[in-house]
Amino acid sequence: MPLPTSFLDSLTKVVRPKAVLTSPEDVIPYGFDGTAALRESPGAVVFPNNTEEVAACVRLASAHQIPVVTRGSGTGLSGGSVPTAGSLVLCLVELNSILNIDPRNLTLRAQSGVITQRIDEAAAPYGLFYPPDPGSLKISTIGGNVAENSGGLRGLKYGVTRDYVMGMEAVLPDGTIVRLGNACVKDVAGYSMKDLFIGSEGTLGIITEVLLKLLPRPAARKTLLAVFDRMEDAAETVSAIIAARIIPCTLEFLDRMTVNCVESYAKIGLPTDCDAVLLMETDGHPAAVAEEAEIMRELALKHHARSVRAANDEAEALSLAAARRNAFSALARIKPTTILEDITVPRSELAKMVAYIAQTAAAYKLQVGTFGHMGDGNLHPTFLTNERDQDEMKRVHEALEAIVEKALELGGTITGEHGVGIAKKPWLKKQLGDASYDLMRKIKAALDPQSLLNPGKIFN
Amino acid sequence: MHCGMCLPTCPTYETTRRERHSPRGRIALMRSVADAELTITKDFAEEMSYCLGCLACQTACPAGVQYGQLLEAARSDIETSQITATPVRSIWRTLTLRILFLNPPLLRLMGRMLRLYQKSGLQALVRRCGLTRLLPANLRRLEPQTPEVAPAFSDELIQPNEAASAPRYNVALLTGCVQDLVFSDINRDTVDVLLANACSVHTAPEQPCCGSLHAHNGELQLAATVAKRLMDLIPAERFDAIITNAGGCGSHLRHYATLLANDPAYAERAVLWDSKIRDIHEWLLEIGARPPVCPPFSEPVTVTYHDSCHLAHGQKVTKQPRDLLRKIPGVRFVELTEASWCCGSAGIYNITQPAQSADLLARKVGQIQKTGAQFLMQSNPGCHLQIARGLAESGSSIRVAQPVSILAQAYRQEAKQSAVSTSTNLQT
Repeated sequence: MPLPTSFLDSLTKVVRPKAVLTSPEDVIPYGFDGTAALRESPGAVVFPNNTEEVAACVRLASAHQIPVVTRGSGTGLSGGSVPTAGSLVLCLVELNSILNIDPRNLTLRAQSGVITQRIDEAAAPYGLFYPPDPGSLKISTIGGNVAENSGGLRGLKYGVTRDYVMGMEAVLPDGTIVRLGNACVKDVAGYSMKDLFIGSEGTLGIITEVLLKLLPRPAARKTLLAVFDRMEDAAETVSAIIAARIIPCTLEFLDRMTVNCVESYAKIGLPTDCDAVLLMETDGHPAAVAEEAEIMRELALKHHARSVRAANDEAEALSLAAARRNAFSALARIKPTTILEDITVPRSELAKMVAYIAQTAAAYKLQVGTFGHMGDGNLHPTFLTNERDQDEMKRVHEALEAIVEKALELGGTITGEHGVGIAKKPWLKKQLGDASYDLMRKIKAALDPQSLLNPGKIFN
Repeated sequence: MHCGMCLPTCPTYETTRRERHSPRGRIALMRSVADAELTITKDFAEEMSYCLGCLACQTACPAGVQYGQLLEAARSDIETSQITATPVRSIWRTLTLRILFLNPPLLRLMGRMLRLYQKSGLQALVRRCGLTRLLPANLRRLEPQTPEVAPAFSDELIQPNEAASAPRYNVALLTGCVQDLVFSDINRDTVDVLLANACSVHTAPEQPCCGSLHAHNGELQLAATVAKRLMDLIPAERFDAIITNAGGCGSHLRHYATLLANDPAYAERAVLWDSKIRDIHEWLLEIGARPPVCPPFSEPVTVTYHDSCHLAHGQKVTKQPRDLLRKIPGVRFVELTEASWCCGSAGIYNITQPAQSADLLARKVGQIQKTGAQFLMQSNPGCHLQIARGLAESGSSIRVAQPVSILAQAYRQEAKQSAVSTSTNLQT
C-alpha cells in the first residue's frame, strides 16, 4: 500500500532524499524479519541519520497518522519488526557509532544501530566485557536487543540485556526526545522509566542511543562438551550442577535432530548418534574455572555422559559456541520453514517439559528439533515444516498451542527472550491474567494514544 | 529461513546497508517474482547484476541455502525476459559467450592476434596516439592493465600425456580459458607438481570452456552444451581425478550434476564427473603431497594467501592451499586479514560494476600491504589479474603467484641440486 505523496514529499525534506525508499524492489526486502511465515509489505522505508531526524520522521508520521515500525537488522524471532500494511519502516542501521567508552565508570555509550558484536569488541581492549550474546549477535543491533530485551548463551550467570542498560535516549510517539537513566550505579529518582522501554518492542518509543554497563573481562574460560545417550541424563546433569552451587556462564543443550543439523553445517565433530549434547562453559578466576570445570565434568560422567570433551583452545571454544548459535538456522536444512518456540519454565520442571515436547511432536506427526538454554529453563522447540503445506501448518499451530499450555501449567512463560511480537500474541492474556494485561494496555494508550508505534504487536 | 546470518558477509550489503543489496533481500525479490507479486524489472535485473556472486553467503548460511543456483536461475530468467537487452550489449554477449567462448581455436587465434598487437609495438603506438579514448569508459580504465598474452599456450608447454616415474595416480588436467591464454605457465607448473607427486597427467590439447562464464551470466543452456562437450572429451571413468587450478572454474565444474539433472543421457555421468573434480591443492593434500627438500628461492620469502571466492565459498577449499605453502622450506606464511573477502574481480564485475569493484580492490590491496609479504598467493586467474593490477597501480612491488608455482619452483631447485650432486659424485 503506497503512502500519501504529501507525506513522502515532507519526509524527503527532513532526511536526505536518498534515505527514503518506496519502489517495490527497495521495500519488498523489508517485509519480514527473522521470524518464519510472517510477511507484509511496508509503504516506505526511511533511514534517519541522527536522533533529530528520527524525531522529525515520527512527528511527520504522527501528523499524517502513518504507523511506524522500527527496525534494526531484522533478525527478531517473534515478528516484532514485521511491518504492518502501509506503515513506514524506520530503519536505524545508519545510527551506527559507538560514542564513548568510559573505563573509569565501566560504561559504553552507543547509537542503537551498532551491531551487537561490535560492543564487546570495542570493550575488549580496555579489559572490559559486554556479556549479552544473542544468537544473531554478528548482525543484530544493540537497539533491537534493548527493545526486545534479548537473552543469549550467557544468561544463566550474566542475565539478559536489561541487566546492562543504565540509560537511553528515546523518541516518544509525539516526537519528543527523552533521556532516561544515567551512569550512576544507584538511582531511585522517580519511576525507572528506562525499564519501561526495555523490552517494549518498539511500541512505546524509539530507542536511539543506549548507555551500557560493562564488566571486567573474565581472566579465564573453559568450555566442555558432554554427550548423552538419554535426554533425561542431560537434564539431570544440569540440575546436579545447579545443586552443586555452581553457576556456569553457559549450559546449553541440543537434541539429536539439532545436533545432526548443526554438525552437517559446522563440521566440528559432534557425535550424530547421541540423544543430547550439553555445552557447558565456566569463566572467571583461573583457579575457580579449573575447579568448576572439573566438578562439571565429574557430574556429567556420574549422570552417564558417554563422553566429556574439553575445548583445547580459545578457537575451539569459540567454534563450539558459534555452532550452538547457529542451531535455529541450521534446522532449516531439513525443511524450509522453522517455527520456533521460546517457552521458559522453572528449572525444576525442565525434564517434564522436554518430555512433553517430544510426545506432542509425535502425537501431531511433526518433526521437531529442540535446543536451548537449559541452565535458565529457556527452551526452543522448533517445528520443521513448509509454510506452503497448509495441513501441516495447521498441525504445527495445534502442537504449539499444546506446548504453550503445558509451559503455563508448569508455571512458565510464553517467551523467555524473543518477545511477544506477533508470534506469541495469542497467549499473552492467558499468561498475564486480566489485570496486568490491562495495565500494559493503559501504559500503551497513555504514551501512544494514536497507536502509531508498531501497532498490533504485543497486543491488538 | 531468513535469519539474516548472511548479511555481515555480503560485500554489497556492507557497502550500502540496504536489504535489497543483501543475499536475503535478493532472495526475497526472487521469491516475489516467483510468486508473481513482482515482474522482472530493470531494477530487479540491476540488483542481480550488482551481486558479485562471491558466495560468501553460502559459507555463512547455516541452513545450507544454495544462493549461487538461485542467482544463476534469476540471471537466466532476466536474459530470457530481454529486459536489459540493448543492441550493443547483445553484440558483446554474442561475440563473447556464443562465439569466442564456445570456440577454443577461435579464442586462441584471438589470443595470438592480441599477442602480436602487444609485441609488435602497435599497442604502444595506439596508447601514445591516445586511440584508447575511443573505448567505452569502463574498458578504457582497464585497458592499461590488459593482461599480457602468454608467449606460448598450454598445448605448446604440455604434452598430451606425461608420465610420472613411478605413477600411483592417473589424472586429467583442465587448462581453462583465461588460464590457457594468459597463465599457461601456471598450467605447466601444475603438471610439474603432479609429476613430482606420482601422478601421470593427461592434458587434452584443445579444451572447450567449462561453461562457468555462461552460467554466471544467465546462459544456462550454453553452459550445459559446453559441459557435455568437456565430459565427452575427458571421460571421468578413466581418471582418478580431474584437476582444476582455477577457483572460478572448479566451483562450476563440480556442479555439472545440477546443471544436467534433466538431461537423460548425461545426468548420471555428471554425478561421476562431479565426484572426480579436484582443486589442485585439495588433490595434493589428499594424496599426501611430498614436501620439497629445497627452498624455491636463494633467499627466504614471506608469502600471504588470498582466498578466491569460488575456491573458498564455492568449493570450501581454504585450509589446503595454506597447508601446502607451510610445507615449502624457505617460505614463511602469514595470514591475510579478510582473506576470503572478494577482491572485486568476480568474473566480469570489474567491467559491469566498476565503482564497487574498485572499492573492493582498494580494500584488498590495503590488507595485502599490511602483511609485509613479498608474494600474494591466490588460485584464480580473475583474482590474479585484478590484484596484480591493484598492486601495480598502488606502486607496490608485491608479486602475485599461485601456490603451485612456487611449489614447482622448489621441486625444480631440488632436481637441479640432485643433478649437481650426481655430477659431483661422478667426478669423485
